[in-house]
Amino acid sequence: MKEFIEGSHAIAQIIKATSPGVISAYPITPQTHIVEDLAKLVANKELNAQFVNVESEHSAASVVLGASATGVRVYTATSSQGLFYMQEVVFNIAGMRLPVVMTCANRAVSAPINIWNDQQDSISLRDAGWFQIYAEDNQEAVDFHLVAYRLAEDKRVMLPVMVCMDGFILTHGMETIDMPEQEKVNKFLPPYKPLYKLDTAYPISMGLLADPDYYMETRFAIQETMKESIVYLSEISKEFNTVFGRDYKDLLVEEYQIKDAEKVIVAMGSVCGTIKEVVDEQRAKGKKVGLLRIISYRPFPYARIYEALKDVSKVAVLDKAVSLGAYAPIAVEMKAAFYGKKKGPKVISSFVAGLGGRDITLESVHEVFRRLNTKEVNFDFIDLKPELLKEEYGE
Amino acid sequence: MENSPLFRSGHTACAGCGQAIAARLVIEAAGANTIVVNNTGCLEVFSTKYPETVWGVPWIHSLFENSAAVASGVEAALIYLGKKDSTNVIAQGGDGSTGDIGLQALSGMLERGHDILYVCYDNEAYMNTGVQRSGLTPFDTNTTTSPAGAQSWGNLRPKKPIPEICLAHGIPYVATASAGFPQDLSRKVKKAISLKGPKYIQIHSSCPLGWRHESNQMLPVSKLAVETGLYPLFEYENGVLTGRKQIAPKPVEEYLKTQGRFKHLLNNPEEIKKIQEIADNNIKKYNLKLEG
Repeated sequence: MKEFIEGSHAIAQIIKATSPGVISAYPITPQTHIVEDLAKLVANKELNAQFVNVESEHSAASVVLGASATGVRVYTATSSQGLFYMQEVVFNIAGMRLPVVMTCANRAVSAPINIWNDQQDSISLRDAGWFQIYAEDNQEAVDFHLVAYRLAEDKRVMLPVMVCMDGFILTHGMETIDMPEQEKVNKFLPPYKPLYKLDTAYPISMGLLADPDYYMETRFAIQETMKESIVYLSEISKEFNTVFGRDYKDLLVEEYQIKDAEKVIVAMGSVCGTIKEVVDEQRAKGKKVGLLRIISYRPFPYARIYEALKDVSKVAVLDKAVSLGAYAPIAVEMKAAFYGKKKGPKVISSFVAGLGGRDITLESVHEVFRRLNTKEVNFDFIDLKPELLKEEYGE
Repeated sequence: MENSPLFRSGHTACAGCGQAIAARLVIEAAGANTIVVNNTGCLEVFSTKYPETVWGVPWIHSLFENSAAVASGVEAALIYLGKKDSTNVIAQGGDGSTGDIGLQALSGMLERGHDILYVCYDNEAYMNTGVQRSGLTPFDTNTTTSPAGAQSWGNLRPKKPIPEICLAHGIPYVATASAGFPQDLSRKVKKAISLKGPKYIQIHSSCPLGWRHESNQMLPVSKLAVETGLYPLFEYENGVLTGRKQIAPKPVEEYLKTQGRFKHLLNNPEEIKKIQEIADNNIKKYNLKLEG
């Protein structure tokens, strides 16, 4: 059923539809509307879940960890500093193979403190053992939460999933969304049946000490599952399309006008809507440009990206994050995807834009295309204000 | 002692470990219908080194400081599943993971009113990492990070009063216990789990390695801590002091001289006097002195 609805409100509604047993969260802008709505749904008995109001994100993640280990479906949401504060638990959840689903309302990180959108928070946790899927719009944000539970709870997977949606741009944005009907959700997402759980009828120990004789295999196993999950994402996407009639293809990337493209921007999240507009405009003028949108950042779809871009001569990677002291995060992966390969772009240039909520406008995207030339650039920032860089310092 | 089905033999604790004995007493008192959530620490390490476990009940370890929060999630899940009434939840950890790094999670658990028993095994320092001082290390204790030296008598401050902090949350049950008084300890665990809501028991658990006493001295050393008034045993129900172990107080020196961690104090009457004052204050505060 189509509804004109705020992103956060829609996320709360879809979480309700997945019937989680335990929800725990700590408020942080711009995640708050999601958890406020869920609290209201529980208070009004519209959702039969335990809502645990914790004293920190560290405990929010710990509560859902404990509840998931006890065998129920769980949900949490956070952002920025909140994600950083729960980082230790985030890694722990993956290591314990618990199918936790979390929304990350993407936001800049301190200092300076800034509540506006970029993707530095979730990207900094890329090595945690969580799936990370990035939504372009709120229809996707809603649909990806259903995908997330299916994927996380798949017996072949048993790993946590982070659904990333740009803070404010999506969380507070109003869109018309085709909200999945409960009946279809039930069909797509069966009730969670844990492989193992804390149960006095069958006592097991979880979270044991693994010495050098045992530790490495646990990490290898997660890496293997991540690799294999590239295929599972396609399978789940196909089933999603069968039930809901929306086709996300392989759920790894979206190709937009790249068949004969000479210049392609690679990006992730809501900025791709803006890039598509520029691509359309340029195409109308006969320019061969396109967009490759990354949906799955973890696992990173190297092979899929190679296939998509092997015949494109110039690629611009647009990161809304920065790895201080190194190439930008997605740019690193892109260069790795083509290193030592027969085919591939002659130029993979890296651009950082939109940090701390600075608008990425149509003009910003034009600027990226303009700067994408035969000379490869790295460490290039878009929309910097030169007057702010001129500050002089005392002796 | 006979083999226990809930805390089996074969763990790797040091000989004479007070925590191993206390942990076994706790789970035996709580019974098989219990889920245990354990902080990182000696107990976690010596009881669950993969691929072995001593636990005969469902048991989970996540991190150093979050057992109170993980247990909150376990409890919430049990409520959702309709199993809470038939299942006890115990969260446990050492003094550092409870009163220092885990204090926030513990406070959250108490404030939210979860039906959980939190057990703190207080061996008065970070023993698992090699005897560094914690907030619960006693005054003047020699540890690796509060060493006695030319201008120091060891740990600068008295123990952080975690039982009182818990009490201030207005929870139904707060007690202290000792590995040296096993029946008293078992009774308090049984009492605690019979009450609904958050409960806190802090158990003085000797560590032969960190306290530097012979491994066969666990019981007498533990008893002396209580008998000198340095580790008062009490219980509060709904904020009211309902029980205390009364003593014929012995001088603190008798306790101090049993352990290497206090050895540097033995020829210093001034410092011993300060420690005697701590004991005297406890004796007065909890009215510990046996009548007659």
